[in-house]
Amino acid sequence: MAEILVKLTGVGMTFSGVSVLRGVDFDLRAGEVHVLAGENGAGKSTLIKIISGVYTGFEGTLEIFGKNQSFSSPIEANHAGISVIHQEMSLIPGMDVVDNIFLGREIRRFPWRFSRNQEVARTRELLARLNLADLDLHQPVEEFPMTIRQRIEIAKALAYQARIFIMDEPTSAIPESEVELLFNIIRDLKSQGFGIIYITHKMEEIYRIADRITVLRNGDMVDTASASELPERELVKKMVGRELSSRFPPRRQTIRKDVRLEVKNFSIANPDIDGMFLVDNVSFDVHAGEILGLAGLQGSGNSELLNGLFGAFGSRARGQMLVDGVNYLGPNPSKSIRRGVSLLTNDRKASGIVPEASVRGNISLASLRRFSSYYWINHRREDEAAQRQEKSLSIRLHSLAQPIITLSGGNQQKTLLGRWLETAPKVLLLDEPTRGVDVGAKFEIYDLMNRLTADGMAILLITSELPELLAMADRIIVLHRGLITAEMRHDEATQEKIVHAAMGA
Amino acid sequence: MNPTVPLGNTPSRPEKATEVSGLTSLFAKPWVRAFMALIVILLIGMIFNANGTFFRWSAHRDMLRQTSVFGILATAMTLVVITGGIDLGVGSIVAAVAVIYSTFLMALPVPFSAASTILFCLAVGAVFGVWNGFLIGKFKFQAFIATLAMMTFARGFAKYISGGRKVMNAIFFPDGTFKYNPVFPEITDWLNSRILGNNIAIVTIIMLCCMFIGWVVLSRLVWGRYIYSIGGNEEAARLSGVPILATKMLTYGLSGFFCAVAGICQAAQEYQGDPEAGTGYELTAIGMVVIGGTSLAGGRGSIGLTLIGVLTMGYLVKILSLNAVAESTRLMVTGAIIVIAVLFQSSRRK
Repeated sequence: MAEILVKLTGVGMTFSGVSVLRGVDFDLRAGEVHVLAGENGAGKSTLIKIISGVYTGFEGTLEIFGKNQSFSSPIEANHAGISVIHQEMSLIPGMDVVDNIFLGREIRRFPWRFSRNQEVARTRELLARLNLADLDLHQPVEEFPMTIRQRIEIAKALAYQARIFIMDEPTSAIPESEVELLFNIIRDLKSQGFGIIYITHKMEEIYRIADRITVLRNGDMVDTASASELPERELVKKMVGRELSSRFPPRRQTIRKDVRLEVKNFSIANPDIDGMFLVDNVSFDVHAGEILGLAGLQGSGNSELLNGLFGAFGSRARGQMLVDGVNYLGPNPSKSIRRGVSLLTNDRKASGIVPEASVRGNISLASLRRFSSYYWINHRREDEAAQRQEKSLSIRLHSLAQPIITLSGGNQQKTLLGRWLETAPKVLLLDEPTRGVDVGAKFEIYDLMNRLTADGMAILLITSELPELLAMADRIIVLHRGLITAEMRHDEATQEKIVHAAMGA
Repeated sequence: MNPTVPLGNTPSRPEKATEVSGLTSLFAKPWVRAFMALIVILLIGMIFNANGTFFRWSAHRDMLRQTSVFGILATAMTLVVITGGIDLGVGSIVAAVAVIYSTFLMALPVPFSAASTILFCLAVGAVFGVWNGFLIGKFKFQAFIATLAMMTFARGFAKYISGGRKVMNAIFFPDGTFKYNPVFPEITDWLNSRILGNNIAIVTIIMLCCMFIGWVVLSRLVWGRYIYSIGGNEEAARLSGVPILATKMLTYGLSGFFCAVAGICQAAQEYQGDPEAGTGYELTAIGMVVIGGTSLAGGRGSIGLTLIGVLTMGYLVKILSLNAVAESTRLMVTGAIIVIAVLFQSSRRK
């Protein structure tokens, strides 16, 4: 039996009273690829952050090379031989290859002087192992494509004498054609006795690379099995097998005959990789009173699709979009709002609230021109509008003048919904409307969606919570790498089907 | 001028339930804090009253007049700072406009009348500002960089126009008397006069007018809302349909316009356009804005706060000069006061 590199026993993690990981036993052997599988929020990231020293103060024990460890920082984990190849690269863009690889641990001849020659030689040696023998070491890393940068990152890990690699969705940033190259490197590392913890959302990848699979669901460890003993069907079931509860109001049938939104051949170019698309030639339509659910994993392009339809990508979005039969593609958000398309973004803090502004000001922001004549704000009408939204959404607050940041997450979200409803949209694009929202407020938001569609609004809904999608969407389309891989009616949709399609299977 | 602003900082929280105690919540209001700093400065003035000079109206009147140019610049700076930016070019634009104004008044080129000279000066300031806003909004320049370039350029422009020399706009006679510029003496005369029984200088009135305009923009116009929302969360503002580029161009443009107003006042008060004038004024203006409690991070603040900041700084300078404190000490004290005032302001934030 191979040497055990990492061993977790009974590991759990609690954030401010909320348990996100419970009783996980996990081990990684030398010379294996161990895949962590699970939905978004299942606890995969928490687990790797525990192993890599980002989170301290977890329950249970962590053994590295058979020695009990409790890291107090990622640096310590690093010194112990653990290296994380990040989704967002940790290289410094403007520095050259050598400096990046030896950053923070330069080879020194004297304490005040480092030996560039030795570093260069060592870098060459490392890169040769990764099929990069001819790389120009003096170029800033930002000038290399993603694939190369990823391999430079692996070289950096090798320079650290790492024996344990953690790879978090390493193929999400590189084109399909380069994936096999990466896998060859991984197999090579494996044969040299390295251990690799691998996270991916792509089903077919799991079976191409995995030796063993550990499945997490909602913070619980479901199973660990060797890849050959866990067929795909079984794996999916273990990943999603959670019960549906009545956390949702009944969805009434409100679909009308007329088509509200028609999208034809819609594409969004990828700004980072030439010739690749975030959304690739997508066509669909949405009826008045319909909720169309968009499913897909991170990076599937569904969020980009909504942003693109709203005009947030400007001229990078191509295609046709008809609102009530009128041909129109939002060149910018302000035009889209005027044409009756509104977007609730998925990141409330980064692109939603204006934190210091009052609740009133946050509600009126997108429709200010309606409360003004000749650019003078009519404060009375603005206040009436804010009160109207406060009542109809039952936003709980002390005063409309209080800064929105002082509200709870759910009430902030309702305020933002108020902002968009005040623009009187025909099409409402909702990107994760219930993210970071407590259960009670979630129910109110679902209820609101029912009411709005009853009035003939069309809603596009993205949510990473599958039960929510199954409960609320009249129809679901699934995206994988910017392409529609499945479309299903409410009554024929199941979690398994969605997950299958989302992984491109 | 009440610093109540509907969006951005909200000094008033009318809901009683949130108030732990009346006093605590009172001191949580930024304008109360700013006011307390002013009162402390006034108390210092009363203690070090330079043999009672501080208790005479003339001291306060002079303070107001001497602070007015800075007050106008601080108004300009407030608008820009609330968008999350900064305008380092204000001092140089003052010099450029002062030089143009003086040059034209002494020898008007044919196509210019006296009134159009003023309009031209204001337009120059506005164009400089709009250019800043264009670079920042269109090409995503950092405000610091774009306005630093303008600071350098406008200074060079002032020297180019004047040939590097001071341009007088009054004619002095050997016996010490002088008369104002030959072309349009009334304007300089008017700018240097006082109203209300010789008590309030016209430049002070002009400062208050600029502040009033700034206040209207910030708290009455859609434009002001856009300014606050861009400073508060630019991405959210963009996705809410706020025209980012236009708002930035207009805001920096208004800042440049105010700088031009300040430049004309400066030239009138000094009887000359000095290409070296206004050096370091941008820092004084920023100091006033910050002492008032407007955050350099953007998204909050108000003209009312800046007025308090202007008075605080103005009194500080006045008290130090009344007591004949040496310049070296004056600078050190001013630096210390800025630190203390900002500590005072920031303690309310988490």
